[in-house]
Amino acid sequence: MTGPAALRLAGWGFRHATRKAWAVRDVDLAVAPGERVLLTGASGSGKSTLLRAVAGLLEPEAGDPTGELAVDGAAPDRRRQRVGMVFQDPDSQLVMIRAGDDVAFGLENTGTPPALIWPAVDAAMDAVGFELGRDRATAALSGGQKQRLVLAGALAPRPGLLLLDEPTAQLDPDGAAQVRTAVLRAVADRSATLLVVDHDVEAWLPLVDRVVELLPGGGAVEHEPGWRPAAPRLPERRPHSPGEQLLAAEAAGYTHRGSSTPALLPTDVALHAGRTLAVTGPNGTGKSTLALLLAGLRAPTTGRVVAGPALTTGLRHPDRPPSRWRAGELVLRIGTVFQQPEHQFLTGRVRDELSLGALRAGAGGTAAPQRAEELMDRLGLAELAEANPFTLSGGQQRRLSVATALATAPRVLVLDEPTFGQDRETWAELVQLLADQQDGERALCLVTHDAAVVTALADDVLVLGLPVVA
Amino acid sequence: MSSPLALGPARPVPLSAVNPVAQLTAIVATTVVLLVSGDLVTPAVLLAAELALLPAAGLVRPGDVLRRTWPLLVSALGVAWVNVAFGSLSGAEAWVSGATWALRVVALSLPGILLVASTDPVRLADALTLHWRVSTRFAYGALAALRLVPLLAAEWESIRLARRARGVDAGANPAAHARLLASISFALLVGAIRRGTRLATAMDARGFDSGIARTNARGSVLRPLDTWFTAGAVAVCVLAVGLSVLTGSWHPVLAG
Repeated sequence: MTGPAALRLAGWGFRHATRKAWAVRDVDLAVAPGERVLLTGASGSGKSTLLRAVAGLLEPEAGDPTGELAVDGAAPDRRRQRVGMVFQDPDSQLVMIRAGDDVAFGLENTGTPPALIWPAVDAAMDAVGFELGRDRATAALSGGQKQRLVLAGALAPRPGLLLLDEPTAQLDPDGAAQVRTAVLRAVADRSATLLVVDHDVEAWLPLVDRVVELLPGGGAVEHEPGWRPAAPRLPERRPHSPGEQLLAAEAAGYTHRGSSTPALLPTDVALHAGRTLAVTGPNGTGKSTLALLLAGLRAPTTGRVVAGPALTTGLRHPDRPPSRWRAGELVLRIGTVFQQPEHQFLTGRVRDELSLGALRAGAGGTAAPQRAEELMDRLGLAELAEANPFTLSGGQQRRLSVATALATAPRVLVLDEPTFGQDRETWAELVQLLADQQDGERALCLVTHDAAVVTALADDVLVLGLPVVA
Repeated sequence: MSSPLALGPARPVPLSAVNPVAQLTAIVATTVVLLVSGDLVTPAVLLAAELALLPAAGLVRPGDVLRRTWPLLVSALGVAWVNVAFGSLSGAEAWVSGATWALRVVALSLPGILLVASTDPVRLADALTLHWRVSTRFAYGALAALRLVPLLAAEWESIRLARRARGVDAGANPAAHARLLASISFALLVGAIRRGTRLATAMDARGFDSGIARTNARGSVLRPLDTWFTAGAVAVCVLAVGLSVLTGSWHPVLAG
């Protein structure tokens, strides 16, 4: 069977084997051959589960399905060869060490005669605009290039149905735009039906025919043509005048050991109490590296990072730079939120996670648990007090990681891409949460690609440039 | 890219023209002979032949050779020293026995180093699955897993920094160091399993191991050169044993 595939769901639902609640239910959806549909919905509305079911990737023991689900009139597990799928993380999708071999992987799996494989590989690489050649090492590609290669691998066996599960969530705006352009090129001739799951509705609207939203309580609604998502409400800003200088980078640069090109060129920047600094710029300019230097997690290889008297009082060695402070001293003065929240979780309960920093810093007795309760109430985590941090949804984990940084009431807060890959609701919650932290006493440093966050929160903006190649 | 963990396309060297299964056959032959032999002459002859192949594997400069072989040389010296210092023999006999052991260890391991230096991992997987019917699930699964190894190094660093940011460091306490190391390793392991699971799902979605007979886009051809290479390896083995017998030093360990 060739040509675009039809997809039909009627009263479909799914419940994971370990859960009591349905992940998705009562979904009716019919997609005609060649149509392009965006499937959206809040975190936890079951979008990804639905997509996996359509791809035939849900094992029978994974849980209970209900209702009907058919690809070209048959159960998805009998139509696996008609479906191509792309997931979020390019690094856990590439299999081979050379670009061409990776695109060929799917064709080999379906038993394509070797003589037909290379022409199909070249055609697929061409369709996604991958021009670096078959022999390019997959490890040496940027995120956007990797994801386009993954897309080529999914397209090479000429699927009738292309499924994309948040394919741009882990890419910078440049890479995301590259991938969307590649998708548009690949399905321009309507040779495949397209079903995209994403919460970045705005970005996909020009590419799709229809938008269907999964509702958290079950069911799905189809949006009228011309529908646009409501703009998120931005918090009210009360800019503070710059207070005392808390932390400054003085010509601070960083070069990785064994590397000849610097990860961060010598940079001057200061964080003042009451102000929020946004650090932006293209990939590869060392934004995250600057965040690590300011956070006292790495020592600059040139220049220095200096803390003001407000931070150094009470230190055992006040003359030392932040990178040489004891962790217990650091956590009281500079809080850091990483891109990957789960790297920061150290305990088995949300409550313990929030009292940990204070305990490590030596605050004994009742102070730490009290602060933890307060934070949980304020950040809407109270119901999850006993939950394991690793089982929380992406948005909840993000809120918890910000809360853990706030738990020790540091004067400086450094955040690396806090809104990365978040849905609209979580985005708005986070921006509000960060706005609440802006007061006359505290300095915030936000490393971000997200222009809307800069507009909503930043007092000062530092744009890093690419190092000039001599 | 000299790190054995940095997996990229290998630069072709003259020895790459030999099919990996021919190289593996030669390795099996020399291994059997070396395990049976107990004298000094046999490993010396085989080692000479292996050393002659170093340039063909692109290992010409002493620095390159040392970077690949230093762990092997250290262990060979260790084995020799243990034999001389704690063996039942004494005097010149002890030294001969130590040298024999050191030569055997080096001669046994050097073919593996030649194989790694000259063989692209993808070609190895292709050759194993096509000629020796090794399971494709195993061969290409291992290949995909190897791709993830360099990512682990980056992940280790960010987990360590995230712990410091949470107020957790070991200071000067060695017990705390061990605990921290264990906790970072565990977090790394959990992350690796999750990533591995995602990779397995992605491979499933691309029809891997779905019961259809898999084809191979690159193929793996056995040519006359491969026969000659294998025959040459066997000939060197025969020569080594022959010389050993003729010089009267042959005393096989298994018979002995």
